[in-house]
Amino acid sequence: MDAFTTHTGTAVPLRRSNVDTDQIIPAVWLKQVSRTGFEKGLFSAWREDPSFVLNNPVYDGATILLAGPDFGTGSSREHAVWAIQQYGFRVVIAARFGDIFRNNSTKMGLLPVILDAKIVEELQAAVEADPTTQITVDLTEREVRLGQDAWSFEIDDYTRWRLLEGLDDIGLTLRHADDIATYENGRQPWLPTTV
Amino acid sequence: MGRTLAEKVWEQHVVRRAEGEPDLLFIDLHLIHEVTSPQAFDGLRMAGRKVRRPDLTIATEDHNVPTVLGPISDPVSKTQVETLRKNAAEFGVRLHPMGDAGQGVVHIIGPQFGLTQPGMTIVCGDSHTSTHGAFGGIAFGIGTSEVEHVLATQTLPAYRPKTMAIEVSGELPVGVTAKDLILAIIAKIGTGGGQGYIVEYRGEAVRKLSMEGRMTVCNMSIEAGARAGMIAPDETTFAYLKGRKHAPTGADWDTAVEYWKTLKTDDDAVFDKVVEIDASVLTPFVTWGTNPGQGLPLGAAVPDPAEMADATERAAAERALEYMGLTAGTPLSEIEVDTVFVGSCTNGRIEDLRAAAEILRGRQVKTRTLIVPGSMLVKLEAEKEGLDKVFEAAGAEWRQAGCSMCLGMNPDTLQPGERSASTSNRNFEGRQGKGGRTHLVSPQVAAATAVTGRLTAPADLAVTA
Ligand code: SF4
Repeated sequence: MDAFTTHTGTAVPLRRSNVDTDQIIPAVWLKQVSRTGFEKGLFSAWREDPSFVLNNPVYDGATILLAGPDFGTGSSREHAVWAIQQYGFRVVIAARFGDIFRNNSTKMGLLPVILDAKIVEELQAAVEADPTTQITVDLTEREVRLGQDAWSFEIDDYTRWRLLEGLDDIGLTLRHADDIATYENGRQPWLPTTV
Repeated sequence: MGRTLAEKVWEQHVVRRAEGEPDLLFIDLHLIHEVTSPQAFDGLRMAGRKVRRPDLTIATEDHNVPTVLGPISDPVSKTQVETLRKNAAEFGVRLHPMGDAGQGVVHIIGPQFGLTQPGMTIVCGDSHTSTHGAFGGIAFGIGTSEVEHVLATQTLPAYRPKTMAIEVSGELPVGVTAKDLILAIIAKIGTGGGQGYIVEYRGEAVRKLSMEGRMTVCNMSIEAGARAGMIAPDETTFAYLKGRKHAPTGADWDTAVEYWKTLKTDDDAVFDKVVEIDASVLTPFVTWGTNPGQGLPLGAAVPDPAEMADATERAAAERALEYMGLTAGTPLSEIEVDTVFVGSCTNGRIEDLRAAAEILRGRQVKTRTLIVPGSMLVKLEAEKEGLDKVFEAAGAEWRQAGCSMCLGMNPDTLQPGERSASTSNRNFEGRQGKGGRTHLVSPQVAAATAVTGRLTAPADLAVTA
């Protein structure tokens, strides 16, 4: 996973609430067995509509997605995160996220930032007025900045540290293999196994 | 202070706890299917890692499988299923492939085998893992990175979600089902209402539900945004489990039951949030929009976005009506459908099929009607009871087990503009096929709708048929 410290870029306003992961990447795209090539599937049903915001060339090259509330609800498919990342986004800002999507994002180094709905709307309006607007998302300071304005966001210390360092969870957990073995030895013998 | 059920189960599984870090949680059962696992196995291979506990892991083929006999015709689907077979063989994981008597939707087979037991932690790369919480464990969906993590370590780092009680008082009226209850709950708290919580469903109406009904309720916890849903185990739970393939036996059974009986929220425990709902006033529920929170009693009319105070909600409703091709004010019971789907991990269990068959017995369907058992075991059981004959006599299609039209990864899909009454759990845009329009309903409403061709409660059928 790539480390995330601070990122500055332009943004796309996606003014829709409840964008579920079926919309982010429809099921037909989930049949691949590799981890790449999902950018083509990002919002694929909506991208057929020429007026869909991602089709507007003024937003080409944007790296921050300004989404409506309850972004990434529904299915657990991590393909949604891969699609957003592979399309070029590094940050998604929304008022609320689906829990699993948010979790999946932090595993992959896509930063989910929670800001008040009013602030997200302000940012969307700013970007709509001037698509070249640069937004900075600073994980070190836990801050989103636009010009003179700055808004702080919350993220737990552990996840922040992991993202800043770009650390892989499995490696971290395997340092505690002894604890796992001890726990396993204490489990009830009648618990089911699949054998 | 006492503890909630969720807290008890969580604490029981903490492998390691350190200040400022998430708990490292032991996972008792890991369910695998073909869609969310290939990249996880790839990750293991690349890092030279093994599956730590193949004996706590089980795989099935469900999302891609065709529900008519014969091989998979879509080459991409086929590759995905073959990849799972290859991975299961290489890493020593038990697999129930297509055609196997144990094959079925991942959330149906776990409970059927008795692998899902009270007090366990269960995960799967699938959001409807919440289903298994019906037995009084903590069960939740994870992404592919986490699937890889569980395969490699049999643990997950996680912060304990907050706890929410949904207290369901009163009794469900006759003809009102677990599905109607959960649709009403989601309409009440919204698709984001459960975010950050483990929900415990409590109260008289919940206690009276069968295990199938409890699974239907817990299944859709995710549709209210909750990570997991759970119901304290009781005699209904024990009776369901007794004698199943992987349930404890002999003295172990008694020890297990004794422990399971401690798995309930203490009287003096405090939930972070409490929601109350009265079951006795509920009627059959259907969704009209494109998220599961957009639901109303079947007796109501399509709502008017103009009357919605909240701007975001209004915009979402306008979009939903446009997508669904509906006009505000139309009675829901006048909406005509092209297809009826009975199945999925929400309502593809034997009890659901019995309920649908009861209504279809001696009647004829007016629409294309797909009846898809949730697993091969459900299929066998239904056929033993002659339900397949009832469906076929009514003109419905009796299919092989799988996810089928719940998400349309196999050939069972809606065409653009087609409308379904579906017993599944998601009415998202395009969920059942691009441009398809979905109304979520109970198996009873699905069957009655098949008979009239428009959204219908079984009670109305008695009069009109
Ligand atoms: S039946 Fe539907 S919701 Fe359940 S696992 Fe299959 S696709 Fe997912």
